[in-house]
Amino acid sequence: MDKGTPIGRVRGLGSAHHGAHHWLRERFSGLASLIVSIYLLAGLLMLPAYDYAAVRGWLVRPVPAAMIALFVLTNVWHGRMGLQVVIDDYAHVPANRIVLTALLELVAIAMAAFGLLCIVRIALGAA
Amino acid sequence: MAETAAPRLRPMAPHLQVWRWGPHMLVSILNRVTGSGLAVVGLPIVLWWLGAVVAGPAAYARFLGYAGAWYGLAVLAGLTWALVFHTLAGLRHFVMDIGAGYEIDTNKRWSVAVIAISFVLTAAIWAWLLTR
Repeated sequence: MDKGTPIGRVRGLGSAHHGAHHWLRERFSGLASLIVSIYLLAGLLMLPAYDYAAVRGWLVRPVPAAMIALFVLTNVWHGRMGLQVVIDDYAHVPANRIVLTALLELVAIAMAAFGLLCIVRIALGAA
Repeated sequence: MAETAAPRLRPMAPHLQVWRWGPHMLVSILNRVTGSGLAVVGLPIVLWWLGAVVAGPAAYARFLGYAGAWYGLAVLAGLTWALVFHTLAGLRHFVMDIGAGYEIDTNKRWSVAVIAISFVLTAAIWAWLLTR
């Protein structure tokens, strides 16, 4: 098994069968983000003002609150997958790639947690 | 057939420095740049905005102070364009994902359209925001 060139060792094995999964998830999350973003952009543009009272009064309502939560989730997910591809394309040293991927995972989870906590606090009236 | 001594010219690999640029290539790299920018700069600003609402009127006023300054407006306008562009380029990808639009003329025409429409929509959004 250790003989031959790298390309010779993998030639004929076919697909690894997990490229399409990432590709499909990227599209699904993009589509979800499109729907949520259009709703939020329209809502934001229709707001009478952008001061604290107006913005909080909007975000405290159930549908905008749910949409903001979905916005955070879909876009953190979508951005995490997109940046993973960027890292895979440009970070050629394995150690750099692993460190950057780990950093990306940690920051993505932290951002999702922070965003959801904020929305919960606003929607449930703690803020 | 007798080969001449001079080596035949091999086909050139698509290398960044020798490839002729077209609108489709610009849309491709801008899609990556805008997506990265939205994830690295845009999302944290959205979270900052949400956090400011949670933290109360004083924190929110501080956020508005930065967001409403010239540099804040410049960043927000840039992010608006990035969002619009990335959305349009993504829609273009959905069309190409079903196998349509790969003919060179069609592909270039829609690439130019994506760039043009992104600026028009961004201008429309900010005209609406600044004139009401």
